[in-house]
Amino acid sequence: MRYIESVVTLNLDAEKCIGCGRCAEVCPHRVFTVTDRKAAMIDRGACMECGACQKNCPVDAITVKVGVGCAYALIRSRITGKEACCG
Amino acid sequence: MVLIQKQKTRAFSIATITLPGSPKDLIPLLSFRDRVEHLLVRIGWRRRRYIVEPALYRIGSPMPDSPVIVTANYKLTVDTVRAACAGMDLWVLVLDTRGINVWCAAGKGTFGTDEIERMVRTSRLTDIVKHRRLILPQLGAPGVSAHRVKKITGFTVIYGPVRIADLRDFLAADMNATSDMRHVRFTLSDRISVTPIELVLSWQLFLAAALAGLGLWAIHAAPFPAAVVPLVGAVLMGAVVVPLALPLFPFRSFVLKGAAAGLLWALLMIALFPVDILTAARHLTLLPPVVAYLAFNFTGSTAFTSPSGVKAEIRWFTWPLLLWFAAGVILYFAELIRGWLG
Repeated sequence: MRYIESVVTLNLDAEKCIGCGRCAEVCPHRVFTVTDRKAAMIDRGACMECGACQKNCPVDAITVKVGVGCAYALIRSRITGKEACCG
Repeated sequence: MVLIQKQKTRAFSIATITLPGSPKDLIPLLSFRDRVEHLLVRIGWRRRRYIVEPALYRIGSPMPDSPVIVTANYKLTVDTVRAACAGMDLWVLVLDTRGINVWCAAGKGTFGTDEIERMVRTSRLTDIVKHRRLILPQLGAPGVSAHRVKKITGFTVIYGPVRIADLRDFLAADMNATSDMRHVRFTLSDRISVTPIELVLSWQLFLAAALAGLGLWAIHAAPFPAAVVPLVGAVLMGAVVVPLALPLFPFRSFVLKGAAAGLLWALLMIALFPVDILTAARHLTLLPPVVAYLAFNFTGSTAFTSPSGVKAEIRWFTWPLLLWFAAGVILYFAELIRGWLG
Protein backbone atom coordinates (compact mmCIF):
# COMPACT_ATOMS: atom_id res chain seq x y z
CA MET A 1 0.00 0.00 0.00
CA ARG A 2 1.21 3.50 -0.79
CA TYR A 3 0.18 6.99 0.27
CA ILE A 4 0.18 10.46 -1.34
CA GLU A 5 3.71 10.87 -2.70
CA SER A 6 3.86 14.35 -4.22
CA VAL A 7 4.10 16.14 -0.86
CA VAL A 8 6.92 14.10 0.74
CA THR A 9 9.58 16.39 2.29
CA LEU A 10 12.57 14.00 2.32
CA ASN A 11 15.85 15.29 0.86
CA LEU A 12 19.33 13.83 0.59
CA ASP A 13 22.47 15.90 0.11
CA ALA A 14 24.71 13.47 -1.77
CA GLU A 15 27.68 15.84 -1.42
CA LYS A 16 27.72 15.41 2.36
CA CYS A 17 27.05 11.64 2.30
CA ILE A 18 29.92 9.44 3.50
CA GLY A 19 28.20 6.19 2.56
CA CYS A 20 27.92 4.73 6.07
CA GLY A 21 24.65 3.02 5.18
CA ARG A 22 22.74 3.91 8.35
CA CYS A 23 19.83 5.38 6.34
CA ALA A 24 19.31 2.16 4.42
CA GLU A 25 19.58 0.24 7.69
CA VAL A 26 16.90 2.20 9.55
CA CYS A 27 14.38 2.96 6.78
CA PRO A 28 11.32 0.70 7.11
CA HIS A 29 10.21 1.41 3.54
CA ARG A 30 13.39 0.70 1.56
CA VAL A 31 13.75 4.30 0.39
CA PHE A 32 17.56 4.24 0.29
CA THR A 33 20.26 2.17 -1.28
CA VAL A 34 24.02 2.59 -0.91
CA THR A 35 26.31 1.90 -3.83
CA ASP A 36 29.99 2.91 -4.16
CA ARG A 37 29.91 4.54 -0.68
CA LYS A 38 27.10 6.92 -1.66
CA ALA A 39 23.48 6.76 -0.58
CA ALA A 40 20.73 7.30 -3.13
CA MET A 41 16.95 7.49 -2.87
CA ILE A 42 15.43 4.70 -4.93
CA ASP A 43 11.85 5.07 -3.67
CA ARG A 44 11.37 8.56 -2.23
CA GLY A 45 7.59 8.34 -2.58
CA ALA A 46 7.39 5.50 -0.04
CA CYS A 47 8.74 7.81 2.70
CA MET A 48 6.44 8.20 5.72
CA GLU A 49 8.59 10.92 7.26
CA CYS A 50 9.39 9.04 10.48
CA GLY A 51 12.78 10.75 10.64
CA ALA A 52 14.86 7.66 11.46
CA CYS A 53 17.31 8.35 8.61
CA GLN A 54 17.75 12.02 9.54
CA LYS A 55 18.33 11.18 13.21
CA ASN A 56 20.90 8.49 12.41
CA CYS A 57 22.83 10.29 9.69
CA PRO A 58 26.18 11.21 11.28
CA VAL A 59 26.88 14.02 8.78
CA ASP A 60 23.39 15.61 8.59
CA ALA A 61 23.04 14.82 4.91
CA ILE A 62 19.34 14.03 5.23
CA THR A 63 16.50 16.45 5.96
CA VAL A 64 12.84 15.59 6.40
CA LYS A 65 9.94 17.31 8.12
CA VAL A 66 9.09 14.87 10.87
CA GLY A 67 5.76 14.84 12.65
CA VAL A 68 2.73 13.03 13.93
CA GLY A 69 0.99 11.31 11.02
CA CYS A 70 -2.39 10.98 12.66
CA ALA A 71 -5.32 12.94 11.22
CA TYR A 72 -7.07 13.34 14.56
CA ALA A 73 -3.99 14.87 16.22
CA LEU A 74 -3.34 17.21 13.27
CA ILE A 75 -6.96 18.37 13.06
CA ARG A 76 -6.96 19.01 16.81
CA SER A 77 -3.73 21.00 16.57
CA ARG A 78 -5.23 23.00 13.69
CA ILE A 79 -8.24 23.91 15.85
CA THR A 80 -6.47 24.53 19.17
CA GLY A 81 -3.29 26.03 17.68
CA LYS A 82 -1.19 23.72 19.87
CA GLU A 83 1.46 21.31 18.70
CA ALA A 84 0.17 17.98 17.40
CA CYS A 85 0.69 14.96 19.64
CA CYS A 86 -0.81 11.51 19.99
CA GLY A 87 -2.79 12.69 23.03
CA MET B 1 9.22 0.06 43.23
CA VAL B 2 9.28 3.62 44.56
CA LEU B 3 9.34 4.91 41.01
CA ILE B 4 6.39 2.75 40.03
CA GLN B 5 4.31 3.88 43.01
CA LYS B 6 4.88 7.50 42.06
CA GLN B 7 3.23 6.77 38.73
CA LYS B 8 0.17 5.65 40.75
CA THR B 9 -0.16 2.43 38.84
CA ARG B 10 0.94 -1.11 39.43
CA ALA B 11 3.71 -2.54 37.30
CA PHE B 12 2.97 -6.05 36.10
CA SER B 13 5.21 -8.83 37.32
CA ILE B 14 6.89 -10.74 34.53
CA ALA B 15 10.02 -11.82 36.32
CA THR B 16 11.18 -13.95 39.18
CA ILE B 17 12.17 -12.19 42.40
CA THR B 18 15.93 -11.79 42.76
CA LEU B 19 18.29 -9.87 44.99
CA PRO B 20 17.87 -6.09 44.74
CA GLY B 21 20.10 -4.60 42.08
CA SER B 22 20.77 -7.80 40.17
CA PRO B 23 19.11 -8.52 36.80
CA LYS B 24 15.76 -10.32 36.98
CA ASP B 25 14.87 -13.39 34.96
CA LEU B 26 12.11 -12.93 32.41
CA ILE B 27 9.66 -15.80 32.42
CA PRO B 28 9.73 -16.82 28.75
CA LEU B 29 6.40 -18.58 28.43
CA LEU B 30 3.24 -16.49 28.38
CA SER B 31 0.57 -17.53 30.85
CA PHE B 32 -3.15 -17.82 30.19
CA ARG B 33 -3.54 -14.65 32.23
CA ASP B 34 -1.06 -12.80 29.95
CA ARG B 35 -3.12 -13.82 26.92
CA VAL B 36 -6.38 -12.65 28.47
CA GLU B 37 -4.71 -9.34 29.32
CA HIS B 38 -3.60 -8.97 25.69
CA LEU B 39 -7.16 -9.34 24.43
CA LEU B 40 -8.40 -6.79 26.97
CA VAL B 41 -5.63 -4.28 26.29
CA ARG B 42 -6.47 -4.43 22.55
CA ILE B 43 -9.91 -3.02 23.37
CA GLY B 44 -8.66 -0.24 25.61
CA TRP B 45 -8.25 -1.82 29.08
CA ARG B 46 -5.47 -0.12 31.10
CA ARG B 47 -4.59 1.96 28.06
CA ARG B 48 -1.24 3.69 28.78
CA ARG B 49 -1.01 1.90 32.15
CA TYR B 50 -0.01 -1.59 30.99
CA ILE B 51 3.60 -1.42 32.10
CA VAL B 52 6.54 -3.38 33.46
CA GLU B 53 9.39 -2.02 35.53
CA PRO B 54 12.21 -0.55 33.41
CA ALA B 55 15.33 -2.60 34.18
CA LEU B 56 17.87 -5.04 32.82
CA TYR B 57 16.35 -8.51 32.56
CA ARG B 58 17.67 -11.94 31.59
CA ILE B 59 16.13 -14.44 29.21
CA GLY B 60 17.62 -17.92 29.64
CA SER B 61 21.19 -17.91 31.00
CA PRO B 62 23.02 -15.04 29.31
CA MET B 63 26.79 -14.80 29.69
CA PRO B 64 28.93 -11.62 29.64
CA ASP B 65 29.31 -12.05 25.86
CA SER B 66 25.60 -12.64 25.17
CA PRO B 67 23.68 -10.09 23.07
CA VAL B 68 21.82 -7.18 24.70
CA ILE B 69 18.50 -6.26 23.16
CA VAL B 70 16.65 -3.06 24.01
CA THR B 71 12.89 -2.64 24.21
CA ALA B 72 10.03 -0.52 25.61
CA ASN B 73 8.19 -1.04 28.91
CA TYR B 74 4.73 -1.52 27.39
CA LYS B 75 3.86 -4.98 28.69
CA LEU B 76 2.38 -6.08 25.37
CA THR B 77 5.76 -5.25 23.81
CA VAL B 78 7.79 -7.01 26.52
CA ASP B 79 5.51 -10.05 26.31
CA THR B 80 6.08 -10.24 22.56
CA VAL B 81 9.81 -10.24 23.24
CA ARG B 82 9.40 -12.89 25.97
CA ALA B 83 7.45 -15.22 23.71
CA ALA B 84 9.72 -14.74 20.69
CA CYS B 85 12.96 -15.25 22.63
CA ALA B 86 12.03 -18.40 24.55
CA GLY B 87 15.00 -20.76 24.50
CA MET B 88 17.55 -18.03 23.74
CA ASP B 89 20.13 -16.53 26.10
CA LEU B 90 19.84 -12.75 26.05
CA TRP B 91 20.05 -9.61 28.12
CA VAL B 92 16.95 -7.45 27.74
CA LEU B 93 17.25 -3.76 28.60
CA VAL B 94 13.73 -2.41 29.13
CA LEU B 95 13.57 1.39 28.80
CA ASP B 96 11.03 3.61 30.57
CA THR B 97 8.79 4.63 27.68
CA ARG B 98 5.80 5.33 29.97
CA GLY B 99 4.05 2.18 28.79
CA ILE B 100 4.16 3.15 25.12
CA ASN B 101 5.27 0.77 22.34
CA VAL B 102 8.65 1.17 20.61
CA TRP B 103 7.43 2.91 17.44
CA CYS B 104 5.19 5.49 19.14
CA ALA B 105 7.70 6.07 21.95
CA ALA B 106 10.44 6.64 19.37
CA GLY B 107 8.22 9.24 17.70
CA LYS B 108 7.83 11.02 21.04
CA GLY B 109 11.53 10.59 21.85
CA THR B 110 10.95 8.62 25.05
CA PHE B 111 12.47 5.60 23.34
CA GLY B 112 15.56 7.65 22.67
CA THR B 113 19.23 8.40 23.06
CA ASP B 114 18.97 9.94 26.54
CA GLU B 115 16.84 7.15 27.98
CA ILE B 116 19.28 4.55 26.61
CA GLU B 117 22.12 6.41 28.29
CA ARG B 118 20.19 6.51 31.58
CA MET B 119 19.32 2.82 31.57
CA VAL B 120 22.81 1.72 30.51
CA ARG B 121 24.14 3.71 33.46
CA THR B 122 21.60 2.69 36.13
CA SER B 123 21.67 -1.00 35.16
CA ARG B 124 25.49 -0.92 35.31
CA LEU B 125 25.55 -2.71 31.97
CA THR B 126 29.25 -2.03 31.43
CA ASP B 127 30.01 -4.19 34.51
CA ILE B 128 27.73 -6.99 33.39
CA VAL B 129 28.64 -7.53 29.72
CA LYS B 130 32.09 -7.67 28.14
CA HIS B 131 31.12 -6.43 24.70
CA ARG B 132 29.84 -2.94 23.78
CA ARG B 133 26.93 -3.61 21.45
CA LEU B 134 23.21 -2.87 21.83
CA ILE B 135 20.66 -4.43 19.50
CA LEU B 136 17.73 -2.05 19.05
CA PRO B 137 14.46 -2.74 17.28
CA GLN B 138 14.67 -1.02 13.90
CA LEU B 139 11.42 0.82 14.58
CA GLY B 140 13.09 2.55 17.54
CA ALA B 141 15.39 4.40 15.12
CA PRO B 142 13.23 7.58 14.81
CA GLY B 143 14.01 8.35 18.47
CA VAL B 144 17.63 7.26 18.60
CA SER B 145 20.80 8.76 17.23
CA ALA B 146 23.15 5.79 16.92
CA HIS B 147 26.32 7.88 16.65
CA ARG B 148 25.35 9.90 19.76
CA VAL B 149 24.70 6.71 21.76
CA LYS B 150 28.18 5.54 20.78
CA LYS B 151 29.67 8.84 21.85
CA ILE B 152 28.03 9.08 25.27
CA THR B 153 27.81 5.41 26.33
CA GLY B 154 30.56 3.69 24.33
CA PHE B 155 28.01 1.18 23.04
CA THR B 156 27.59 0.59 19.31
CA VAL B 157 23.96 0.55 18.20
CA ILE B 158 22.97 -2.24 15.85
CA TYR B 159 19.46 -1.99 14.48
CA GLY B 160 17.87 -5.41 14.54
CA PRO B 161 14.89 -6.58 12.52
CA VAL B 162 11.53 -4.76 12.53
CA ARG B 163 9.80 -7.83 13.96
CA ILE B 164 11.18 -9.58 17.04
CA ALA B 165 10.15 -12.91 15.51
CA ASP B 166 13.09 -12.45 13.08
CA LEU B 167 15.64 -11.93 15.88
CA ARG B 168 16.74 -15.56 15.98
CA ASP B 169 17.54 -15.60 12.24
CA PHE B 170 19.16 -12.15 12.52
CA LEU B 171 21.54 -13.35 15.25
CA ALA B 172 22.24 -16.60 13.39
CA ALA B 173 23.25 -14.53 10.33
CA ASP B 174 25.90 -12.61 12.34
CA MET B 175 23.49 -9.73 12.87
CA ASN B 176 22.77 -9.17 9.20
CA ALA B 177 19.17 -8.37 8.37
CA THR B 178 17.59 -9.41 5.11
CA SER B 179 15.75 -6.74 3.14
CA ASP B 180 12.50 -8.38 4.21
CA MET B 181 13.41 -8.11 7.93
CA ARG B 182 13.90 -4.35 7.45
CA HIS B 183 10.61 -3.77 5.69
CA VAL B 184 7.39 -2.71 7.42
CA ARG B 185 4.35 -4.35 5.98
CA PHE B 186 0.81 -3.54 7.00
CA THR B 187 -0.93 -6.83 6.55
CA LEU B 188 -4.54 -7.79 7.16
CA SER B 189 -3.57 -9.36 10.49
CA ASP B 190 -1.79 -6.12 11.51
CA ARG B 191 -4.97 -4.24 10.64
CA ILE B 192 -7.16 -6.70 12.52
CA SER B 193 -5.08 -6.19 15.67
CA VAL B 194 -5.38 -2.38 15.61
CA THR B 195 -9.03 -2.15 14.52
CA PRO B 196 -10.79 -3.10 17.81
CA ILE B 197 -9.40 0.00 19.50
CA GLU B 198 -10.74 2.16 16.63
CA LEU B 199 -14.16 0.76 17.40
CA VAL B 200 -13.86 1.46 21.12
CA LEU B 201 -12.47 4.97 20.62
CA SER B 202 -15.34 5.91 18.28
CA TRP B 203 -18.04 5.08 20.87
CA GLN B 204 -19.17 8.70 20.99
CA LEU B 205 -19.89 8.64 17.26
CA PHE B 206 -21.76 5.34 17.65
CA LEU B 207 -23.86 6.93 20.37
CA ALA B 208 -24.52 10.03 18.26
CA ALA B 209 -25.46 7.90 15.23
CA ALA B 210 -27.74 5.69 17.32
CA LEU B 211 -29.45 8.72 18.91
CA ALA B 212 -29.91 10.39 15.51
CA GLY B 213 -31.47 7.17 14.19
CA LEU B 214 -33.68 6.75 17.24
CA GLY B 215 -34.86 10.34 16.78
CA LEU B 216 -36.17 9.52 13.30
CA TRP B 217 -37.84 6.38 14.59
CA ALA B 218 -39.38 8.13 17.61
CA ILE B 219 -41.26 10.66 15.50
CA HIS B 220 -42.34 7.98 13.01
CA ALA B 221 -40.21 9.30 10.17
CA ALA B 222 -39.03 5.74 9.53
CA PRO B 223 -39.39 2.23 10.97
CA PHE B 224 -36.68 1.14 13.43
CA PRO B 225 -34.15 -0.63 11.13
CA ALA B 226 -34.50 1.90 8.32
CA ALA B 227 -33.92 4.72 10.81
CA VAL B 228 -30.98 3.29 12.76
CA VAL B 229 -29.08 0.89 10.46
CA PRO B 230 -27.83 3.45 7.89
CA LEU B 231 -26.38 5.77 10.54
CA VAL B 232 -24.84 3.22 12.91
CA GLY B 233 -23.64 1.19 9.93
CA ALA B 234 -21.82 4.23 8.55
CA VAL B 235 -19.75 4.51 11.73
CA LEU B 236 -19.01 0.79 11.52
CA MET B 237 -17.97 1.21 7.87
CA GLY B 238 -15.50 3.99 8.73
CA ALA B 239 -14.08 2.49 11.91
CA VAL B 240 -13.85 -1.17 10.88
CA VAL B 241 -14.68 -2.02 7.27
CA VAL B 242 -12.49 0.58 5.53
CA PRO B 243 -9.44 -0.16 7.75
CA LEU B 244 -9.75 -3.89 7.11
CA ALA B 245 -10.45 -3.52 3.38
CA LEU B 246 -7.93 -0.67 2.97
CA PRO B 247 -6.15 -1.92 -0.19
CA LEU B 248 -9.44 -2.63 -1.96
CA PHE B 249 -10.20 1.08 -2.37
CA PRO B 250 -8.14 2.30 -5.32
CA PHE B 251 -7.32 5.76 -3.94
CA ARG B 252 -4.17 6.94 -2.14
CA SER B 253 -6.17 9.45 -0.11
CA PHE B 254 -7.85 8.04 3.00
CA VAL B 255 -10.63 10.62 2.73
CA LEU B 256 -11.40 9.38 -0.79
CA LYS B 257 -11.26 5.75 0.33
CA GLY B 258 -13.78 6.59 3.05
CA ALA B 259 -15.98 8.73 0.79
CA ALA B 260 -16.15 5.89 -1.75
CA ALA B 261 -17.07 3.41 0.97
CA GLY B 262 -19.66 5.85 2.31
CA LEU B 263 -21.27 6.31 -1.11
CA LEU B 264 -21.44 2.53 -1.56
CA TRP B 265 -23.02 2.24 1.88
CA ALA B 266 -25.57 4.98 1.10
CA LEU B 267 -26.50 3.29 -2.19
CA LEU B 268 -26.88 -0.03 -0.39
CA MET B 269 -29.21 1.59 2.14
CA ILE B 270 -31.26 3.16 -0.65
CA ALA B 271 -31.54 -0.25 -2.30
CA LEU B 272 -32.31 -2.09 0.94
CA PHE B 273 -34.93 0.12 2.57
CA PRO B 274 -37.85 1.87 0.86
CA VAL B 275 -36.93 5.54 0.58
CA ASP B 276 -38.34 8.64 -1.06
CA ILE B 277 -36.24 11.36 -2.67
CA LEU B 278 -35.68 13.27 0.58
CA THR B 279 -34.39 10.23 2.50
CA ALA B 280 -32.24 9.11 -0.45
CA ALA B 281 -30.68 12.58 -0.62
CA ARG B 282 -30.10 12.53 3.14
CA HIS B 283 -28.29 9.15 2.91
CA LEU B 284 -26.09 10.41 0.07
CA THR B 285 -25.11 13.58 1.93
CA LEU B 286 -24.99 12.54 5.59
CA LEU B 287 -23.30 9.13 5.40
CA PRO B 288 -20.21 9.52 3.12
CA PRO B 289 -18.60 12.40 5.09
CA VAL B 290 -18.93 10.41 8.34
CA VAL B 291 -17.26 7.36 6.79
CA ALA B 292 -14.60 9.57 5.18
CA TYR B 293 -13.74 11.26 8.48
CA LEU B 294 -13.38 7.95 10.32
CA ALA B 295 -11.35 6.41 7.51
CA PHE B 296 -9.08 9.46 7.51
CA ASN B 297 -8.48 8.97 11.23
CA PHE B 298 -7.07 5.52 10.52
CA THR B 299 -3.95 7.27 9.12
CA GLY B 300 -2.87 7.40 12.78
CA SER B 301 -2.80 3.61 13.00
CA THR B 302 -1.08 2.78 9.73
CA ALA B 303 2.60 2.23 9.10
CA PHE B 304 2.96 4.06 5.79
CA THR B 305 1.22 7.46 5.91
CA SER B 306 3.35 10.60 6.06
CA PRO B 307 2.36 13.70 8.08
CA SER B 308 2.78 15.81 4.94
CA GLY B 309 0.21 13.63 3.20
CA VAL B 310 -2.21 13.90 6.11
CA LYS B 311 -1.80 17.69 6.14
CA ALA B 312 -2.43 17.80 2.40
CA GLU B 313 -5.65 15.86 2.86
CA ILE B 314 -6.73 18.31 5.58
CA ARG B 315 -6.03 21.21 3.17
CA TRP B 316 -7.88 19.64 0.26
CA PHE B 317 -10.87 18.05 1.96
CA THR B 318 -11.86 19.91 5.14
CA TRP B 319 -14.26 22.36 3.49
CA PRO B 320 -15.77 19.97 0.93
CA LEU B 321 -16.47 17.44 3.70
CA LEU B 322 -17.90 20.04 6.08
CA LEU B 323 -20.25 21.41 3.39
CA TRP B 324 -21.26 17.90 2.31
CA PHE B 325 -22.00 16.96 5.92
CA ALA B 326 -23.85 20.22 6.58
CA ALA B 327 -26.18 19.45 3.65
CA GLY B 328 -26.84 16.05 5.24
CA VAL B 329 -27.64 17.59 8.61
CA ILE B 330 -30.09 20.03 6.99
CA LEU B 331 -31.83 17.16 5.16
CA TYR B 332 -31.93 15.15 8.39
CA PHE B 333 -33.75 17.96 10.17
CA ALA B 334 -36.03 18.41 7.17
CA GLU B 335 -37.00 14.77 7.57
CA LEU B 336 -37.50 15.17 11.31
CA ILE B 337 -39.81 18.13 10.74
CA ARG B 338 -41.70 16.27 8.04
CA GLY B 339 -42.15 13.29 10.39
CA TRP B 340 -43.24 15.64 13.15
CA LEU B 341 -45.87 17.30 10.98
CA GLY B 342 -47.00 13.81 10.02
